[in-house]
Amino acid sequence: MAVTVSIPTILRTHTGGEKSVEASGSTLAEVIESLENDHGGLKSRLVKEGTLHRFVNVYVNDEDVRFAGGLEAKVTDGDTVTILPAVAGG
Amino acid sequence: MARYASLLDALGDTPLVGLPRLSPAENVRLWAKLEDRNPTGSIKDRPAQKMIEAAEQDGRLRPGCTILEPTSGNTGISLAMAAKLKGYGLVCVMPENTSEERKQLLQAYGARIVYSPAEGGSNEAVRRAKELAKQNADWVMLYQYGNPDNARAHYEGTGPEILRDLPTVTHFVAGLGTTGTLVGVGRYLREQKPEVQIVAAEPRYGELVYGLRNLEEGFVPELYDPDVLTGRYSVGSYDALRRTRQLLESEGIFAGISTGAILHAALAVADKAAAAGKTADVVFVVADAGWKYLSTGAYSGTIDEAAARLDGHLWA
Repeated sequence: MAVTVSIPTILRTHTGGEKSVEASGSTLAEVIESLENDHGGLKSRLVKEGTLHRFVNVYVNDEDVRFAGGLEAKVTDGDTVTILPAVAGG
Repeated sequence: MARYASLLDALGDTPLVGLPRLSPAENVRLWAKLEDRNPTGSIKDRPAQKMIEAAEQDGRLRPGCTILEPTSGNTGISLAMAAKLKGYGLVCVMPENTSEERKQLLQAYGARIVYSPAEGGSNEAVRRAKELAKQNADWVMLYQYGNPDNARAHYEGTGPEILRDLPTVTHFVAGLGTTGTLVGVGRYLREQKPEVQIVAAEPRYGELVYGLRNLEEGFVPELYDPDVLTGRYSVGSYDALRRTRQLLESEGIFAGISTGAILHAALAVADKAAAAGKTADVVFVVADAGWKYLSTGAYSGTIDEAAARLDGHLWA
């Protein structure tokens, strides 16, 4: 199950500067494990104490995973996973 | 009755209009809440007025006071009008990457603008405003990101208006910035109709705006209550522009760019309802009209060109 993961500027030190990387998995947790295998150190930036970091937002095909099961959110082949830091709007 | 004692009294009671051409099915209908029909042309007139009135009542705001606020534009314009009529000064801390029209409007109303750097977007404006508040103890920061009167304006105003005009409402979709609209309307509707869906449309900007030094500088507004929401979409500038133009072409509504993002999420939930064979009345917010964004080129040329011009701008 291949998915495309978009990496924010602040985390690209882990991907050698790549904006977008491939990963695999059928849940977000598996995708993050796959990212960790290829780009060591990413997992600890994204996950704190078993849940997503408070200031990290993750979207599967533009839908926030926090409303779709969090780390257990389903991911399917060809999906786009977008990681963004939480910033202010308004 | 459409006669008011002053412009400030003409707040709210905005039209809710059906969108027969964009609605995906006969029993899945889209409705636009026209918040551009407020005194300064945006939904922010509601929280601005409520926050000022509450601060007057509890004695924080007295004649001659100066108000301080971090804002990417609309809240500043709303506060500037009210401040002018009520005799307050206003200092707005605004990211430099906002539209030219917003700056000119604020200046026309006599507000003082302190610019914050484009990198980091509104995060930097919030940080700078908090610094200024410490340095100027006599200024009154209303702080829309954490002021319960922001959400209360929608709990007492926008929400009841929607239910009064459309008792069959099943979904409410609005932009996620301070989170005041979603939390306020969402709480009210949830109390009245527990099964209602509350959906956020969050603008996804160019990379510049996410240029934090570290993740700990991230920001979640103090008002945010994720328990009120049932879904949250991230919408990029291309989809926001595409929907903004579609709203004008199909239904004649000339809206700002953030409304395009909100419509994008509204259509996503409407399509889901239609595919599931459900009946739905989806209300979404038209946060402001398009006038303030003409200089960004949002309405001319190809969508790709317009999206490229918006890169790095705070368009919501």
